[in-house]
Parts: sequence; structure tokens; C-alpha cells
Amino acid sequence: MSKHHEGPTYAHVVPVRTLLGVFGALMFLTILTYAVTYVDLGALNIWVALGIALVKGTLVALVFMHLLWDKKFYAVVLMSALLCVMIFIGIALLDSGQYQADLIPDFAPGIVQ
Amino acid sequence: MSTPHEGRDEHAHPHLQHHFESMAQQYDSGKFGMWLFLVTEVLLFGGLFCAYAVYRANHPEIFAYAHQFLDKTLGGLNTLVLIVSSLTMAMAVRCAQLGQQRRLKQMLAATLLCACIFLGVKGVEYEHKWKHGLLWGTHYVPQGETVAPADAAGAATTAETTAAAAAAPADGGTTLPHAATGPQGLADHSQPGHGGASHGGHGPAGPAPRNVHLFFGIYFVMTGLHGIHVLAGMIAIVWLLRRSAAGEFGPEYFAPVDFVGLYWHLVDLIWIFLFPLLYLIH
Amino acid sequence: MSTHDATAAPPAVGGENYLNCSHGFRSWIFTLDHKRIGVMYLASILSFFLLGGILALLIRTELLTPTRTLMSADDYNKVFTLHGAIMIFLFIIPGIPAALGNFVLPLMLGAKDVALPRLNLASYHLYLIGALIAVLSIVQGGVDAGWTFYAPYSTTTNTAVVTLTFGVFVLGFSSVFTGLNFIVTMHKMRPAGMGWFDMPLMLWALYATSIIQVLATPILGITMVLLIVERVMGIGIFDPALGGDPVLYQHFFWFYSHPAVYIMILPAMGIISEVISVFSRKHIFGYRAIAYSSIAIAAFSFLVWGHHMFTSGQSDLMNMIFSALTFSVSIPSAVKMFNWLSTMYKGSIRFDTPMIYALSFMFLFGIGGLTGLFLGSLATDVHLHDTYFVVAHFHYVMFGGTVIAFLAGLHYWWPKMFGRMYDEKWGRISAIIISVGFNITFFTQFVMGSQGMPRRYYAYVDKFEPYHVISSIGSYLMAAGFFMTAWYLVKSLYRGRPAPANPWGGASMEWQAASPPVLHNFTDEPVGGDPYDYSNQDYDPATGGYVLRKPEVSDR
Repeated sequence: MSKHHEGPTYAHVVPVRTLLGVFGALMFLTILTYAVTYVDLGALNIWVALGIALVKGTLVALVFMHLLWDKKFYAVVLMSALLCVMIFIGIALLDSGQYQADLIPDFAPGIVQ
Repeated sequence: MSTPHEGRDEHAHPHLQHHFESMAQQYDSGKFGMWLFLVTEVLLFGGLFCAYAVYRANHPEIFAYAHQFLDKTLGGLNTLVLIVSSLTMAMAVRCAQLGQQRRLKQMLAATLLCACIFLGVKGVEYEHKWKHGLLWGTHYVPQGETVAPADAAGAATTAETTAAAAAAPADGGTTLPHAATGPQGLADHSQPGHGGASHGGHGPAGPAPRNVHLFFGIYFVMTGLHGIHVLAGMIAIVWLLRRSAAGEFGPEYFAPVDFVGLYWHLVDLIWIFLFPLLYLIH
Repeated sequence: MSTHDATAAPPAVGGENYLNCSHGFRSWIFTLDHKRIGVMYLASILSFFLLGGILALLIRTELLTPTRTLMSADDYNKVFTLHGAIMIFLFIIPGIPAALGNFVLPLMLGAKDVALPRLNLASYHLYLIGALIAVLSIVQGGVDAGWTFYAPYSTTTNTAVVTLTFGVFVLGFSSVFTGLNFIVTMHKMRPAGMGWFDMPLMLWALYATSIIQVLATPILGITMVLLIVERVMGIGIFDPALGGDPVLYQHFFWFYSHPAVYIMILPAMGIISEVISVFSRKHIFGYRAIAYSSIAIAAFSFLVWGHHMFTSGQSDLMNMIFSALTFSVSIPSAVKMFNWLSTMYKGSIRFDTPMIYALSFMFLFGIGGLTGLFLGSLATDVHLHDTYFVVAHFHYVMFGGTVIAFLAGLHYWWPKMFGRMYDEKWGRISAIIISVGFNITFFTQFVMGSQGMPRRYYAYVDKFEPYHVISSIGSYLMAAGFFMTAWYLVKSLYRGRPAPANPWGGASMEWQAASPPVLHNFTDEPVGGDPYDYSNQDYDPATGGYVLRKPEVSDR
């Protein structure tokens, strides 16, 4: 912690070492996610890529965006937005997966590519 | 800028607005407002992620085929550039909080530089697609010429992609086949080119499935909207630079730097998800 | 405890207040004062209400006969599209929150302003810009896609869809900024000693509204962007001719637009909670239940959008899920309804204009809500979908609910806003005329719809003619009521009796400010307390208003 700094009285100052540590982790994870595309994991590939992205995103949110030290309510606000997006994507996916079977092939005249 | 603050004690900060009791209350209000704004940004992009998910889930063959025309090295480079810019932005916030005026300006300028590099690389990628007619909707007219899927030219890191593509037609380059015009439904597509043959990322492109343009439509809308956000962020950083040149920020008043920082990190965060979803499809 | 006494506020009209503290066009258009922004919003939305109302009268007049009466079929399509788009995006959505809410929210909190006044002004400027762009589409020849802009028609029609949707996109930002500002204000500007459950219920309603505005409106923004990109660049995401998915458009659209109906109705419910309690002279019944039900409605609102898509090709699975979820929304709405009724029970009810509107609201919203259940149940909806039954249902909810509550709130806070009393007798008469006219107009539409009259049709089967004629006559009656209202309200600005600080005996803090309030709202620090406790007030015949009784200790 940085209590010896002469920073503001009402906000937390993140130490340089923490910032650099997170930066290093982000760089490493980016290279990792790039490298992992050369390994065939079948259907798992996308989930590995998304998992790494999630870890990176969490690091950015917690440290760079100060969520770790700020009022927990901001994290709740962010999570509520993500929940909302999840509901939207989840239901749209579920529904579109269901009605794909009902589509009539070439009912709408497609363009010639 | 600052509203007159009548009836308050003499030592009130010049940036304290009249309806707040203290700088802390003002900072908290602004910060909360900024977070709510970020929520709206998350949802704005959430809509596009939804469109992406629906098409990817129902037409995986389009994504498996079309992503090969994106250069994942350039995409990866851009990811690294944005991460650097996030670091410099976080440092800028720190400098503002500690009142380190000179380093604050340096950090903001570095962030701005990274943003320029990001947009420059993006421009190179767009130009490549434009040249080869890899565009959206009815503008998707892949040229009859030979186009190398970017994977094949993957080794060339910063070289002009177009040049690399032109130079290596034999090395995995494929002539874009025209879509089968038979009575294929939207739903049932076998997935040629996806699966066994494409191990190691160097597989042949295979015959193009129908509606490949949908991928490019989604690609351009997502990266385009993201690019607009980068541009907006750059404008905000220029504004911060002007104010920091006047020495306005310090331990008591650093809110604008902090808030632009939050926005900038969110733009970075969205790219962190865009990159694997668009470029790193296996 | 301070011995504050409302009569200590400066005399109502004559002293300096927010209306006369500065002059000139610039002092209004660039003001950061939430009260002036609220008044400008009020003037703007009422102008668009007039425009939308004229379009409505054109529709009703056209439908007097089964064939052409006034205009061509193409013009008819444009008129109903503009009526819908203007009423929804330019009037109802900003109506209660941005106009009345802006004015009363800081006053009810005892604050000097909203937390982010510059954002508040930006919200109004964006509203103006968005409104101008939307109106520009009329000059360009209008839009005929319906206010829902369903793809693929909206992507192929050759009318000014891009202009109107871009206007809606800008208006969305305006709405987001208002909601964001309100949430921050309620979190950060509550005075020490006022907990969440000490807030008036209007504020709970505005809070729930703001949550929806912040969480849902961005999806409207991206939908409009995709639609514009589709039309301008041919991107193909919603266009089946390009392999796109038009059902996905409907998911996008209703993910915003269903929660949006709660943006419209929740603040209306907040007004009713205030008015019912004040005019029954009785503490609100079930405070916490009403507060929680507002939040519950906001939460449920994100889970029911698919009930607009029962016949649009949505899958059976989702149809069933959405139908079941739709019924759950009726629970919190009914909780509110029963609490209002219980508040009135054994109260000493006064039938002033706001109360007449509130009672009218309960009647009309009851019908609107219950017919919503018919439409939420799958089997019935297949038959009633796209008939006048739907038209009647949402007018009962949106007009009978929101607009009537807006009128209740407008009359309730009118003395606070402008420092003048309107003519009570004309107020009551026109409230009754509007309610009666409304029922004549729209109840017949339930009958027509259940017999199969499709919505949006220009020509119709002869057997529906009598219903259409009755409906149109009702709409003229309603219009007469509105012109009457406009007349006595405008007249009151010049000739009205000066309003006392607290004409109705309300106990929430805005009634402790002068009427109209001074620039920074309160001359003395307002006294907190239970916003529904009417026991410590006395009627003062000299001013015609209520004053806080001085605490007995101070007399001894």
C-alpha cells in the first residue's frame, strides 16, 4: 500500500510495481492466447481463448480500473451490466438455435456472390 | 468551467461546484456517473457481441472460413499496443494523483501515441480488405485475383500484408471460389475446410461457404465502432493534455484524468475480447 | 431541531425565484439549473404531444369511413408511423422523468441540484438535436415503416428511415444521460439522515426507471446503428436477402423497447403513489412493498421482451418461457394497485384535479394491465396479435396509465413550478372529459380487435364502421378536453391565484420550498422526516395552503 505517498485523501494510489506486474501478465496472456491457436483443441479452442480474455479483462478491471480498491458497488454495477448482456445473448442464442430448423431454404432470394 | 461557489468557506477548491459539500463528494459522484456510462458502453457493444454469437453459433463455417483473411499477427500487435497504452494511462492517473506534472504529460502523450499506432495498424488492415473486396453485404466482391489467407502469410510480422500476400501465392494461397449456387438452405452446411485439414493453422481455405460477407459485416461494425471509441478517447486525451499543460491537476483534483482513464481501459477491455473472437478462430 | 416554518419562505409570487432571477434566451438555454431544464423539457414535450395528437386526430378522421376519407394509403402509413415515433420517443419516454422528474427530484431530496448539472443540460441539448433530426424526416417525406422499424421492410422502404432512426439514436443518449444523472443524484445527494427507505416513492420509481434507462437504452442505440448501417452500407445482418436474420432484429428492438414501456409507466406509478396518499390525507399503505415492487418491475422488465414476438417466428420454447415470465410482471404491478386502494381506505379523500386523474389512472391502468394478460397468454395472443385489441391495450397502459398520471403530476406540481394556482373547477371538468373521451375512443377498439379488425389498416370491412365512428368521436372529445386543459393552464400563468408553498398539504420536502422555488431551491435547510406523515400540518386560510406546525417545545 502507499500510505507514505502524498496522494489525495479520498482515493487510492496504485503502486508502480503493481501496475507493471499486471502489465507483464497481460502481455504474457496475449502471447499465450496467440500461441494456443496453433494447438488443435477442437471445440475447446474458443473457450480457452475466451477464458484467457476473461482473465485479462478481470486484471484490467481490478487493477487498472481500481475496482480492487474502490467501493464494491462499482463492481456490482459492472456485473449487472454483464448479467444483462448475458441474458440478452443467452436468450437470443437459445431462440435462434431453435428456429434455425424452421427456416425455409432460399425463401428469401439470396445474392449471387 | 467551475460554477461560483457562494456561501462556502474561503478555502474551497476552485473546481468545487456549488451544489457539492466537498471535493470527495464531487469526485465520488463523477466516478459513479462514469461507471454508469461505462455500463452503457458495455451494453452497446453487448448488442454486437450478441449478433456475433448468434451468427457464429448458427453458421460456424462462415467464421471458420472468413477469419483466415484477417492477419492475426497485426491483430496481436494491436492488442499489445493497447495494453501498453492502458499501462501508460494507469500511470498517468497515478501521476495526476501525486501531482507529478511532467510525467503526467509524458504518460498522456505516450497513450496518445499508442492510440495513433493502433489506428494506423487498423488502417493497414482495412486497406488490405478494401483492396481485395473483402467487405460487407453486397460490397463483398472478392477479386478474381489470388488472395492469400492471412494465416499463410503469418510469418511476415510487420511487413505490408498486401505485399506478403502478393509475394506468396503458391504458399497456401487460394483462389476464392464462388459460392455454390445450388438450393442450399441457410441452416444446413457441411463444413468443408474446417476440421481435419486445418491443423496448425495452415490448412487450405477450402471452398467458400455462403454468406461469407456476414462475417465481414460483423467484423467491420465491431472494429469500426471500437475504432470510433478509440478516436473519441484520443480527443479526450488531447483535452487532458491541454489542461495538464496548464497544471490543473494535482492530489486534490485529478478526477478528469481518472475518468478518461476508466473509459480508456474499457476500450482496451473490449478489444481484449474482440481480438480472440475475430482473429483467433480455430 | 430547527423550528422551520413554511410561511417563513418568501412570498410566493413577487420575490426573487428561479424564474425571474435572470433573463434572456441564453439564461435559459445554457442554464445548469435543474428546474429551468425541467421547464424547458416540459415545454418541448408538450409541443411534441400537440404534434403527435394532431397526427392521432388525422388517423381517427381518416378511419371514419372504410375507404379514403382524407389522405392516401401511403400518407396514412406515414401518419401512424410518425404518431407512434413522436409520442413514444419525443413525448412519453422523456415525459415524466425528464420534465417533471428533473424538476422535483432534487427538491424531494432537499438538494440544491442534480449531481451532474452539465450532463443534465447536455441531455436536454441532445433531446433538442434528436427531436430536430426526427422532425426533419417529415420534411424529407416521412417514414412509413411503423415506429418499430421492423426489418426487412425498414431496410427496403424508400422513405426517410435513416433520418428518423438517427434521431432516435440521439434521443437515446439524452435518455441515458437523464437516467444516469438521477441514479448518481439519489446515491450521492441524499441529505444526511435520509435513508433509502425515507425517500418519497416517486424517487424509488424514478430510480427504477433510471436503472432501465441506463441498462436498456444502449441496446436501442446499437439497433439503430445497425439499421442505419444496413440501409446506408448494405451490411446484411438483418436482411434475409443477404442471409441476415430479421427475427434477430426483433430481439434487438424489443430488448430495449419492452423495458422502455416500464420507463414510461414506472414514474407514472411514482406520481400516483404521491397523489393518492396526499389527497387521502393518509400515510401510504405498504411503503416498502411499493418501493420493492418498483425495483422488481425493473428487474422483470428485462426478461419478458419475447412476448412481442409470439407470432414472429420465435421458437416455441422461447414462446413458452416468455409467456410464463410475462405473467410474473403482473405481480408487482398488482402489489402497487392494492396498496393504493388500501391507502385510500378510510382516508379523507379530496377530489381535486390531481386526485381525479389518479383515480382515473387506477381504473384505466387496471383495464390495460388485465388485457395485457390476455395478450401474454400464448393461445389468445395468436388470435389477438396485430389487431385493434393490441392497440387498445397499449393505449390503455400508455395513455390511460402514463399520460393520465403525467397530467396528475402536472397539476400536482404546477403550483410549485410556476407559483400560480390553476382554475380547479375547469381542471376537474376537463379531467372528467378526458377520461370519458378516452374510454369512448379505446374501449370500442377492444371490441373491434376481438372481432378481428387488424391494426394499421387503411381500408376495412364495412361492419367495423360504427365502431370506428364511435372511436373517432371519442378522440374529438378527448381533444376538446386537452384544449381546455391547455387554456386554463396557460391562463393560470397570468391570472392564477398566487400559490402557497404547500397548497395540497404534501409532506415531502419539495413543499417546504417556496412556490416557485428560489434559484438554489431552499431558503432554509429543509426539515427531513416521514414523507407521508400529515399529522404535523395546519391549514392556513390566509394563504390557502398548509404550514408545518411548530414543535411544541419551542413555544415553551
